[in-house]
Amino acid sequence: MQFDFLDGLFVLMLATFIGLDVIRRVSRLLHTPLMSLTNAISAIAVVGAILLAGEQESRLSTILGAIAVFASTTNIVSGFLITDRMLKMFKKREPAK
Amino acid sequence: MIDQLIQLVYLVATALFIFSLKWMSDPVTARRGVFAGVGGMALAIVGTLMHPLIIGYSWIVIPLVLGALAGIPLSWVPLTAVPQRTALSHAFGGLAAGLVGTAKYFLWAGHGELTTFRMGAIILEVILGYLTCTGSLVAAGKLQEVIPTRPIMYRGQNVINFTLLALAIGVGGMLMIDPSRTFLFPALIVLALAFGVLLVLPIGGADMPTVISLLNSYAGLAAVAMGFVMENKLLITAGALDGASGLILSIVMCKAMNRSFTNVLFGAFGQVQAGVAQVEQRTAKSATADDAAQLLENASSVVIIPGYGMAVSQAQHRVHDLYEELTKRGVDVKFAIHPVAGRMPGHMNVLLAEAEIPYDRLVEMDDINPEMPRADVALVIGANDVVNPAARRDKNSPIFGMPIIDADKAKVCLAVKRSMNPGFAGIENELYFADNTLMLFGDAKSVIGEVVKSLAGGGSGH
Repeated sequence: MQFDFLDGLFVLMLATFIGLDVIRRVSRLLHTPLMSLTNAISAIAVVGAILLAGEQESRLSTILGAIAVFASTTNIVSGFLITDRMLKMFKKREPAK
Repeated sequence: MIDQLIQLVYLVATALFIFSLKWMSDPVTARRGVFAGVGGMALAIVGTLMHPLIIGYSWIVIPLVLGALAGIPLSWVPLTAVPQRTALSHAFGGLAAGLVGTAKYFLWAGHGELTTFRMGAIILEVILGYLTCTGSLVAAGKLQEVIPTRPIMYRGQNVINFTLLALAIGVGGMLMIDPSRTFLFPALIVLALAFGVLLVLPIGGADMPTVISLLNSYAGLAAVAMGFVMENKLLITAGALDGASGLILSIVMCKAMNRSFTNVLFGAFGQVQAGVAQVEQRTAKSATADDAAQLLENASSVVIIPGYGMAVSQAQHRVHDLYEELTKRGVDVKFAIHPVAGRMPGHMNVLLAEAEIPYDRLVEMDDINPEMPRADVALVIGANDVVNPAARRDKNSPIFGMPIIDADKAKVCLAVKRSMNPGFAGIENELYFADNTLMLFGDAKSVIGEVVKSLAGGGSGH
């Protein structure tokens, strides 16, 4: 797939605007789970790490890639799990009144 | 063909990530957001594994499994430790970005494939990645109190920090001009690592919510830079979403403390002051748990203002009991949440949600303040600076201008406090000496426990 530097900048700009707009609407109640969720999402770095570890172009790149896969996967798993754990605790008042 | 398929999978993953964040706008849909995020991540990983250039899977699958195994126990930490866990995961994110950049540099340098553009993207990725890594480790250490939480200062600190940053940029510039100078690359790594440590060391515990948010933003930007290095739009988008989130949270935190970014980074909050000799002897009035119980049950509206001190003494569940006792008697109980209560954005909400306080009882500062003059009792538990009226009145106070919760405007203010020692930022609080303030001295957990006992026992006569 062709990758153009300017295409990348376009994507970056649009994604930043979408990000700012979507995040602004996030309930203040949920700022802590939001941060652990974005933590997990930014562990998308796993994609780059997998490629390095899988292409095995040099010993150094394979090892660094494998460590990066480990670090990112830890973030993905713990990030999503703890976000869900926190969100489960947010309950409304029981309607019985 | 397979390339197009992979890009399509990435496209769907991107959409799922955006939905994931969108659904966080409401606690009702938030859990759906997590599932969308998991789906997006699963697609991204599967799509990447289909890549034709991958020749072996053992170096991928083993760390993948080990990472998952390490991640599961990390998600079990107590909620008071969530800020440390978050900082630690920023460190991991930064590390991953830094390592990928390093590997790519040496690969391309070996083949002579380093264009100026690629070199620039790698330099950004590596500086951001490694500084986020060590900076977050220091932040995690401070939050865990392995490293002293007060600002660590020394002479010429800002000069040294700026020199380091300038050196890193200089080395980066030299690499841009001639990428084949591989001996410079390790120097760049060391400078970035050192800069991360020195950047966070002078920042005090009270500023941790802002610092975590900023590091969150850096971790996102490192992922964006990695996207340019790996020529991958999915990385750019997901990184930008994370970067935007960190930025917005940092702004919210700075506004809540009436401070600027530069002030947080270079101001070393809570270090100055303490010189002024206006320590006239004043006495605060104190009350017993029974007095407090009586005031609370005769009130029609009570606003509880919790601070991190409540979490430190593990008083959340006693506070929940108090909430139940008062609600049973028809008292309207609300919780006033200051944006910087706790150690990270939104921390107090999570701590109260864990104690089974319904989230519709948690009210933001801006919404509760107009109601404060009508509140019969304001109950301050483990909060200090966020209720200090000096922020409104005293131009010389270090917290002047910081938005506060108007506890002093309630008819009666009850403040639970271990002693008269000033709080985190080391600032004396006028609220405790006000005419309508009664102090409840003692550990928050036992004081609230006694109040609840008094309510449950003596309250039957009413």
